[in-house]
Amino acid sequence: MTTASVLNRRDFLKTGASAGAALVVGFHLSPAALAASAADQEKKPANPFTAWVRITPDNQVTLILGKSEMGQGVMTALPMILAEELYLDWKQVRIEQAPTNPAIYEHGTGGSGSVAGSWTPLRQAGAAAREMLITAAAQHWNVNRDTCKPKDGGVLHGARKEFLPYGQLVEAAAKLPVPDFNTVPLKNSNDFTIVGHDHNRFEARAKSTGTAKFGIDARPDGLVYAVIARCPVFGGKPAKFDATKAKAVSGVRDVLSIDPVAQGAFTTGGVVVIADNSWAAMQGRRALDITWDEGPHVSESSESLRKQFLENASKPGKVVRNDGDTDATLAAATGAKKVDIAYEIPFAAHACMEPMNCTVHIRTDGAEAWVPTQAPQWAQDIIVGVSKLPPESVVVHTTLMGGGFGRRYQADFVMEAAQVAKAIGNKPVMVLWTREDDLQHDFYRPASYHHMQGVVDEHGNLAAWKHFQTSTSIAAVWDKDGAEKPEASEFATAAFIPYHTKNYRIEYTLAKSGVPRAWWRSVEHSSSGFVVESFIDELAAAAGADPLEFRLRAIGDDRKIPDFTNPKEGKPLDTARQKAVLKLAAEKAGWGKPLPAGIYRGIAGYFSFESYTAGVAEVSVKDGQVKVHRIVYAVDCGRPVNPNGIAAQVEGAAIYGVSAFLKDAITIDRGRVAQSNFNDYQMPRINETPKIEVHVVNSTEEPTGIGEPGLPVIAPAVCNAIFAGTGKRIRRLPIRGEDLA
Amino acid sequence: MAITFTLNGKPETVDVSPEMPLLWVLRDTLNMTGTKFGCGMALCGACTVHINGEATRSCITQISSVAGKKVTTIEGLSADGTHPVQQAWIAEDVPQCGYCQSGQIMSAVALLAKKSSPTDADIDDAMSGNICRCGTYQRIRKAIHRAATMQTGKATSAA
Repeated sequence: MTTASVLNRRDFLKTGASAGAALVVGFHLSPAALAASAADQEKKPANPFTAWVRITPDNQVTLILGKSEMGQGVMTALPMILAEELYLDWKQVRIEQAPTNPAIYEHGTGGSGSVAGSWTPLRQAGAAAREMLITAAAQHWNVNRDTCKPKDGGVLHGARKEFLPYGQLVEAAAKLPVPDFNTVPLKNSNDFTIVGHDHNRFEARAKSTGTAKFGIDARPDGLVYAVIARCPVFGGKPAKFDATKAKAVSGVRDVLSIDPVAQGAFTTGGVVVIADNSWAAMQGRRALDITWDEGPHVSESSESLRKQFLENASKPGKVVRNDGDTDATLAAATGAKKVDIAYEIPFAAHACMEPMNCTVHIRTDGAEAWVPTQAPQWAQDIIVGVSKLPPESVVVHTTLMGGGFGRRYQADFVMEAAQVAKAIGNKPVMVLWTREDDLQHDFYRPASYHHMQGVVDEHGNLAAWKHFQTSTSIAAVWDKDGAEKPEASEFATAAFIPYHTKNYRIEYTLAKSGVPRAWWRSVEHSSSGFVVESFIDELAAAAGADPLEFRLRAIGDDRKIPDFTNPKEGKPLDTARQKAVLKLAAEKAGWGKPLPAGIYRGIAGYFSFESYTAGVAEVSVKDGQVKVHRIVYAVDCGRPVNPNGIAAQVEGAAIYGVSAFLKDAITIDRGRVAQSNFNDYQMPRINETPKIEVHVVNSTEEPTGIGEPGLPVIAPAVCNAIFAGTGKRIRRLPIRGEDLA
Repeated sequence: MAITFTLNGKPETVDVSPEMPLLWVLRDTLNMTGTKFGCGMALCGACTVHINGEATRSCITQISSVAGKKVTTIEGLSADGTHPVQQAWIAEDVPQCGYCQSGQIMSAVALLAKKSSPTDADIDDAMSGNICRCGTYQRIRKAIHRAATMQTGKATSAA
């Protein structure tokens, strides 16, 4: 994981199988570093009138979105940045999805990095376009440029009392030299009229009227529909199949097989049923007679994985970080001041509401695809690879996504559709996944086991912290040998916490598994957040201290802690900002004030995606059931671009987090997923929704991530509240009735 | 087999297998994609439409059972997105990914047709069959209350 590999990210993306390595790198990068690497590659920024803004002579302004909208709000927040620098009337703006064009767009959308990574480049692009329009106006009027001001989508000459809308200037402006992005004047933030103000989602109307088009809604002329029978056991494939009965189903057109693609897209291959409609394809699949070669992982189960975890935990792991002498401090500590426990976290599925799908049409002279993807450039590369067509003839439409959460940063569903489209030849085909396909062939949040040992000294201060982790990592999926490099692993982020102790040790052991793993909303932080913020609460109890007061004391002085996982490019953890959100959430929640009988309070704070969050949960426990009544959040994600959108993301992350501790558990039996649909993989529903309050810090720091950072604090805040009320510690997720008894 | 029903106020005839679920007739035969596929087992509510005014999961509703009935989909709720529930959804900025929202809105409209001023408990009862993975439930609740106020307000002014 070197800087060189970061800078070559696009080259990686062009080379199919190795794309995975680049994506892993991307996910570990800070958004700012990603933006910087993109900027390095873009030696000369594109003309903003080619890349980012289109203005017609009748003054219709269209802003181009270079990221994918999956519900996280980039279709609103990113154009707001452009509109601000361009002095546009937001109500007049239209927004269009960018085509794939690696020379211009850093299209991959993930890691909560869109606003953070695009903030400066989009300001510069908007400012450059604005300056070019001003110059065009000055030339038109033949006046000093300094006498011309941008205003409401045009240029105003105060003395002459003349106004030229951009539409009349754009033709001349687009031909002017593009200003240097490094020196182009950016708008003073005190003058912002769009950024920092609540905006409703640009596409809210389309999404409230059924007119929004998701990937699954692609309907090119002549479309046929396909479903694929995949081996239920990970790593298995069809040994033989008989399609006679399937072909007899009304509406079924053809049955064929596709090969697995082991590295990169990670497809399983399978038997494809192609039909006139989705339902006929599903009926045809049921009628297939397939004998599976179940492959090498058929004996894996959740129990076997747990045995492996326990065995790994009985031996030392690879040392990831080692400050002071943790083992000696632990050995010397006795009694209640020492905490020695373990946490267990299961696999979890993304369960996007829109099941995976992809529509591809490969003609002899080109190809067209409709892809709900977080990685459109990768999708194009795959279709180019399968079709052998020149890249410029392969058009990828990035559609709206019915949820992403990291699942749609994979390309398995794209590869399959490309293979099927290639096989049937010159006919558009949608490969549709059913809910069962989606839950049983996901790339899951890794399962993990954490042995935690800690000591508080006689003054009640943190004296030692030891974190042994064994898990089925994501990085190992992408490594061709299935190996893990702990120092580069997503799990090493547990070694980057705000709490100060001289004796600090992190160890890691990779657990082997045939279950595919990948990025699930907040990635490793969904696990690390639960472990770190539960454990600090246990230490607070051991010290006999208030959980908030103990956290603030353990964080200690105002300082900036370098990013242990990425010291060169990652932003440091600013302890003052972490303490500030803890205090703000506590204050807004009324921390320390009496609660109604039977309601308990817990707190957690966490730093992820360069943003600071804290949450206070109010819960009750009755008859082995946990009910969350209220969650009060404080978030500091730098300058809030769209505060309403930030609140929405945190509200959503809270529910995703509630899902994670109350419901989500993918279990493995005989090498396959035991759950199949929303009856056995349940989601929180409206009746389980707490009141959620989000307090956004009005920071003037650079914007940082917000799609994911709301999630990690929820499970620990709730579990800490359960402890506060019942004395029961929840040390495995999801919460089980017997752990509350 | 030809099956005739009323779709969004207009007569519609389809010639499909009688067991084919209404969801797929709408989406694949008629290319009306506003109604969504989420689970295929009536567990998530993404496919909710109205049949003779009742909120119904179209993914398990055989087309043969719809013959002669009145089907309303999200596309038929209003010509221009001005149904009070849609207006409330936009005003409260409910959707995130938006995929489940057609179903959520159809369930909410059916609720408000029965209870013009629903309580939170009424909302829990009527809406807990609709999953939103983005977690927009808090805003859904607010939007239903808002729509109720809009509708009762209108009724008052009309009276």
